[in-house]
Amino acid sequence: MELLIASAIGIMTAAGIYLVLRLRTFPVILGISLLTYAVNIFLFTSGRLVVGAPPVLRDDITTYTDPLPQALVLTAIVISFGMTAVVVMIGLGAFLGSDDDHVDDQPDRSDDAPEGTP
Amino acid sequence: MSLFFIVALPFFGALLPGLMNAAGRSATAGVTFTVTLAAFIGLLTNLPAILAGDVVMARVDWMPALGLNFTLMLDSLGFFFALLILGIGLLIIAYARQYLSSKDHMGEFFTYLLLFQGAMVGIVLSDNILLLLIFWELTSLSSFLLIGYWKHLPEGRQGARMALTVTGMGGLAMIGGMLILGQIVGSYDLSVILQNRELIQADPLYVPALILILLGCFTKSAQFPFHFWLPHAMAAPTPVSAYLHSATMVKAGIFLMARMWPVLSGTPEWFVIVTSAGLITMVLGAVIALFKHDLKALLAFSTVSHLGLITMLLGTGTAFGAMAAVFHILNHATFKAALFMSAGIIDHEAHTRDIRRLGGLRTLMPITFMIVSLAALSMAGIPLLNGFLSKEMMLEEANHTVLFNSPWLVPVLATFGSLFSAAYCFRLIGHVFFGPVRDDYPAKPHDPGAGLWLPPALLIIPVVVIGVAPFVAEPFVKLVTASVLGSAAEMPSAHLKIWHGLVPALYMSIIAVVGGLVMLAIFTPALRIWENTPRPEAKVIFETIVEAAAKLAQALILPLHNGAFSRYAAVGTITIVVAGYYAWTTGTIGAPTHALQPADPVLISGWGMLVAATIGMVFLHRNRFLSLILIGIVGLMVSIGFVFLSAPDLAMTQFTVEVVTIILMLLALNFLPNRTPIESSVLRRVRDVGVAAAGGLASFALAYHYMLRDPVASSISEFHLANSYKGGGGTNVVNVILVDFRGFDTFGEIIVLSIAALLIYALTETLLGGPVGAKLLNRRPDQPRAGDMHPMMMVVLTRGMMPVVMMVGFYIFLSGHNEPGGGFIAGLIVSIGMVMQYMASGFSWASARLKYPYHGVIGAGVLVAGFTGIGSWFVDKPFLTSDFTYVRIPPFEKFELATAALFDVGVFLSVVGAVMLSLESFSRLARRADAPQVLHPMDIDPSREDLKEGV
Repeated sequence: MELLIASAIGIMTAAGIYLVLRLRTFPVILGISLLTYAVNIFLFTSGRLVVGAPPVLRDDITTYTDPLPQALVLTAIVISFGMTAVVVMIGLGAFLGSDDDHVDDQPDRSDDAPEGTP
Repeated sequence: MSLFFIVALPFFGALLPGLMNAAGRSATAGVTFTVTLAAFIGLLTNLPAILAGDVVMARVDWMPALGLNFTLMLDSLGFFFALLILGIGLLIIAYARQYLSSKDHMGEFFTYLLLFQGAMVGIVLSDNILLLLIFWELTSLSSFLLIGYWKHLPEGRQGARMALTVTGMGGLAMIGGMLILGQIVGSYDLSVILQNRELIQADPLYVPALILILLGCFTKSAQFPFHFWLPHAMAAPTPVSAYLHSATMVKAGIFLMARMWPVLSGTPEWFVIVTSAGLITMVLGAVIALFKHDLKALLAFSTVSHLGLITMLLGTGTAFGAMAAVFHILNHATFKAALFMSAGIIDHEAHTRDIRRLGGLRTLMPITFMIVSLAALSMAGIPLLNGFLSKEMMLEEANHTVLFNSPWLVPVLATFGSLFSAAYCFRLIGHVFFGPVRDDYPAKPHDPGAGLWLPPALLIIPVVVIGVAPFVAEPFVKLVTASVLGSAAEMPSAHLKIWHGLVPALYMSIIAVVGGLVMLAIFTPALRIWENTPRPEAKVIFETIVEAAAKLAQALILPLHNGAFSRYAAVGTITIVVAGYYAWTTGTIGAPTHALQPADPVLISGWGMLVAATIGMVFLHRNRFLSLILIGIVGLMVSIGFVFLSAPDLAMTQFTVEVVTIILMLLALNFLPNRTPIESSVLRRVRDVGVAAAGGLASFALAYHYMLRDPVASSISEFHLANSYKGGGGTNVVNVILVDFRGFDTFGEIIVLSIAALLIYALTETLLGGPVGAKLLNRRPDQPRAGDMHPMMMVVLTRGMMPVVMMVGFYIFLSGHNEPGGGFIAGLIVSIGMVMQYMASGFSWASARLKYPYHGVIGAGVLVAGFTGIGSWFVDKPFLTSDFTYVRIPPFEKFELATAALFDVGVFLSVVGAVMLSLESFSRLARRADAPQVLHPMDIDPSREDLKEGV
């Protein structure tokens, strides 16, 4: 089971990095989302993998999984929504403003030339 | 009055003139004057203690762990400077009221002036050197604002920038020096540092500390080679020049040298550096001043020269030198402030400050003539005026100073400097006031009203009184000197008097005055020689250096920071992997403590789908719509994984967040191209695959090894499990951690989320308000729209689902404390319920039914959470302490009431507001001019009246 989770983290990280290295905003945002999953699961695993022992207290149960990473990851998930939304908005605004969704600043492109130059 | 008030008054008072600007110019000046007067009187209330030789202290611990405390100390040296700052400040304020024209924004001016005044008072009253540094930087900043007050003048802006650059850099050096000093002594309190002369001077770091501190002092006090900024700062309005450059800002460096005198002076390094810098500055400033035609430039260089004189006196390291320095600070402040203000009067009345265009003003402006003559003659060192006394003390001290093994170097240069000093004073009087009355003045000069001439005239009183009766000033000068000397030297026995007998200093004085008159007589040929001599232009050099520094910085940064995001990402990834690999190979790794757990078939199939979707995304990412579906699958599998791995709260959160994220991305995709074109070369893609594979492998290895081992230190989770019910009143430990144990974290997180939503809203507003908005309105959608945008089935279904969704949200919110759920999840669920209405019935229809704006919901959420936290203050508990109790209202069962639930309401509201505001902002971009704003939920609705009529 550990192997599955770890490999899932690894594959999502690799795919995320590859997409982040693309040249347009949309794949970069998808890549960031994948990295977010990977990081959240990685943080979650700091409580180690436990099956069938949710941290909801019951009278007759004594073993629970680690609640702390769960609490931290929960807020991380919600905040990553906020972050994704902001990044999407910035990317969208940049595209709408310049009809260009490249992530790299390419000074040699003619439409990026500074004011006053022909 | 407490020292805190004296320092705080100008700072708090600085708010008033800016606010009162509308009340009129006199009211603005009046309130500034009152604030300064209050601080001045507050200072005077401490006079009896100072006269008794006491040191007044006030102390508040600020950051004791760093040694940074708000400690103030008032001894006679601090009192002397504070008296100058506030006293001359009062005169300047009165003068500025008359000087500034109606076009100048007076509130702004006085706000800056009070900020500056507060910072200066802070410097001279600080006992903690770190606190002193803060005030020191504040003077740099506020003087920048003052010098650049006339923003429309390029000279003003350039002068302000130059002043800030030079004094700011000196300030940085001084921070280093002060930190070293604090390290040597082990305390940042001046009162402690000043007791440790031997310790400091014996330390190997004494010389670096000395040089760094002196850099700060020299830049601030315009000592050679940093003297060039001061004349350029003359582009400021004259009241600023008079204030900054006579009594305050440039005296800050002098003050610090005097303050540190007991511990830093007396060594060969101090003597050589300080004395020679002062000597060069004095001579150079005096020579340049003589040949300046602008009145203020002449005065600026004369200030540079006199600051050099004072620096030199402090540099000699003798008690007599220190006393002469203190006396000259007092004298210089009086006559120089009067001169600056008079220069402003001439400028104001004659509309020029160019000496070549003036002359013969003696009969036209008799009052100004009297003031300038007395002040200038005092500066020239004519007997019966105060400048003579301190200048003679300087010459006397110079006579005993042996620099570079040469007994004549200092006396000759000092006499030479005094000669030029006398010459420019004579020129000031002679070329401006004497000579024939001209008929080509830019304006008809006449004496101004009393508002302008009274402030400088008041300053002439001490000039004459001290000059005639020096014994009046002697007790005070000696009192101040005593605190400069500290325990490092004995008080000199010399007295302040006019006649010392036929001493060498007298002959040097005579040579200077006679030579000055001769210089004036041969001024025209001398000027010709001066103008034909090539001289380095400081401003050009300064700008060349600044430009070179900028070029160097660009050369260093641009290759790395070239604006290509992909490059940063690749470099960052590789760096992290390499660093991790290094740690991996050099560190130790213990044996696994967990056995591998068997994999469930469900988990394997989930894993398979996740991996397939992820890899599919990599290959199919050019089809953007498809990749959105794939990432949805990934998110879903992650949620299921959370269910499987005992994290129901996470699963619910992930699932709901997934829904809103996909909706958000769809909204964005509406405007973005639907496909990503192939742009990168094969080679580049291979490289990226390599980087990605390295990153993936690294995170796999890390996660795998991590999961098989126990933590090195025991976790704090046990505490949370044990106290969740006992202390927090809830059985869902995750929720109790969120709203109770780590409530402060959560509070910060909802604020971050709210800020993100507001940022999206602000960006949307900006976009819609600009050219993009117009473009969007006339946009042609790149894909055909659905004929029936709001199908009846969907409208009816979502309408029916809404109350159910609300109830589920409510239930999940309430049960959250004891079962999986809580404010975050409930907020997301309710948001989804509302988004469904937007999607089914249209934006306009849904917006029309919106009762509260989403910003308000966000604000209410943060406020509810914040007030819940504040509530615990009323029972003397720290912020966000929670409490709970159980109540029973028949016929219901016993239930729990917890303050944490109220906090969770805040979380809930913030989440709803933030999610809805983000999505709503995106939707607003989608409005088009050609699409009608339909307020009806359905396009095809048999009951619609307008449609019936239309058919």
